[in-house]
Amino acid sequence: MSELSDLYQEVILDHNRRPRNFHALAGASHTAEGYNPLCGDRLTLYLKLTGETIEEVSFEGAGCAISKASASMMTDALKGRTVAEADALFERFHRMVTTPPDQAVEDMGKLSSLAGVREFPVRVKCASLAWHTLKAAMTSKSRVSTE
Amino acid sequence: MTQETATAAVIPARGRTSAPREIDVQRVRADFPILERTVHGKPLVYLDNAATTQKPRVVLDAIASYYTSINANVHRGVHELSERATEAYEASRERVRAFFNAASTREIIFTRNATEGINLVAQSFARPLLTAGDEVLISAMEHHSNIVPWQLACAATGARLAVAPIDDRGDVILEELERRLTPRTRLLAITHMSNALGTITPVREIVGMAQAHGVPVLIDASQAAYHMRLDVQALGCDFLVATGHKLYGPTGIGVLYGRESRLEAMPPFLGGGDMIASVSFEGSTWNVLPYKFEAGTPHMAGAVGLHAALDYIDAVGFESIAAHEAQLLAYATQALEEIPGIRLIGTARRKGSILSFVMDGVHPHDIGTIVDREGVAIRTGHHCAQPVMERFGVPATARASLAMYNTREEIDALAAALRKVREVFA
Repeated sequence: MSELSDLYQEVILDHNRRPRNFHALAGASHTAEGYNPLCGDRLTLYLKLTGETIEEVSFEGAGCAISKASASMMTDALKGRTVAEADALFERFHRMVTTPPDQAVEDMGKLSSLAGVREFPVRVKCASLAWHTLKAAMTSKSRVSTE
Repeated sequence: MTQETATAAVIPARGRTSAPREIDVQRVRADFPILERTVHGKPLVYLDNAATTQKPRVVLDAIASYYTSINANVHRGVHELSERATEAYEASRERVRAFFNAASTREIIFTRNATEGINLVAQSFARPLLTAGDEVLISAMEHHSNIVPWQLACAATGARLAVAPIDDRGDVILEELERRLTPRTRLLAITHMSNALGTITPVREIVGMAQAHGVPVLIDASQAAYHMRLDVQALGCDFLVATGHKLYGPTGIGVLYGRESRLEAMPPFLGGGDMIASVSFEGSTWNVLPYKFEAGTPHMAGAVGLHAALDYIDAVGFESIAAHEAQLLAYATQALEEIPGIRLIGTARRKGSILSFVMDGVHPHDIGTIVDREGVAIRTGHHCAQPVMERFGVPATARASLAMYNTREEIDALAAALRKVREVFA
């Protein structure tokens, strides 16, 4: 059961129960919709950029605990970052969740709680859905799918 | 080839009774090698039968025996092996005919799966018939495979897809269905048993309604076919599709039954070898039924495996299977209802052994992952029936689907695993 408790850590369950920045954003400059047809996870991501800085970020949608918690933590981590920093964070997160479970990964703070998905290959998409949607929003693609 | 008789996995009826012989589940289980394995260190509890069933050893042996003793291409060579392979392939067709009680083997077309059968009918029957303003009628609980082929045929012809609604329990509303049988309806395509809800539809009554309006009917029997005896002549349908891998047989082999007069009037679906009578560059003529609809080298080993699977089902007996599954469904329904926060989706008056459910505050995908770690295999998601999910206002459900080899102990394991889900998300 240790793998299960790695996946459903308290911090993840908490973000699932009380997702942060979980609302639409009036005056958003960029939005994108993410969809995972495998499980029906669907989220809309809102960004408000001032120049190159992410001033505000929020999301709405329905999904599993992993996708919801991931989106919630991501929005927390993005506030005040530049687009270039957000890009770099995307790369680091992507590397973390796609590194084989027997190899070490860098410490990403709270986001590291999602490293547990590596033991559950089909759930990696759940954790990365919000991040792919972020990519799409920043490059102004309107819709992204992880299938 | 040596076709072993399926193990008669039943215990003899006690005394003079007309009740179906009770299944000896442990003997049935012993016939399915995969059921011995463990998953994540726990005994496998396979409750994803609506997606595909496991295979008894007689099916695996029949396939191996085909390849080790008689493999050759069919309907071609004059040599011994080709003749033997052709015999085995055609013997399977006869077995399928008898299984569904079709009038003739000319009415039995081998396909890859049920989906291909529906596409064949959509392209070769519906499409040439449809004109702008015509309608194809389906129900609101069809699998995507009984929606999309009709959408393609409609898009190509300007016809319209009409949908008969279902009620809150998941039953087709028959009056609404009848209201949609209009002078423009060219075909009714409906499931016999919903893969997402477990609903068993009153197909005989529905076929009767359609016939009264002169509308031909296709029955999607993918789910029903491994739970109950189907008789295409008694049903009176024009087409029926089923798939081998849900009949305890191999993947890649399916069956289309078509009334001979319908099939005769239809143009071929796929072109190629075997489906022709003669070919020249000026034009070709078609082979007779059923070969007109079987282009290219068919899945001979699949047909042989399916033959063994149907023998196995009949050796156990549908009466016994149905009685066992009904008991298990009642037991499982009660077990799930006792777990706080679980709500069943699909509570039709007549149901097959499928339990679709949601749990308060927990997404089905999380349920699936947690119970998997307990060795319990269930399906989570939209079950290729997104309109059904929409109808019940859920993004997805978890689904446990039962087959002849499942036991009460396995239902207990599912219930225990679901209580664990509650603990994780407490």
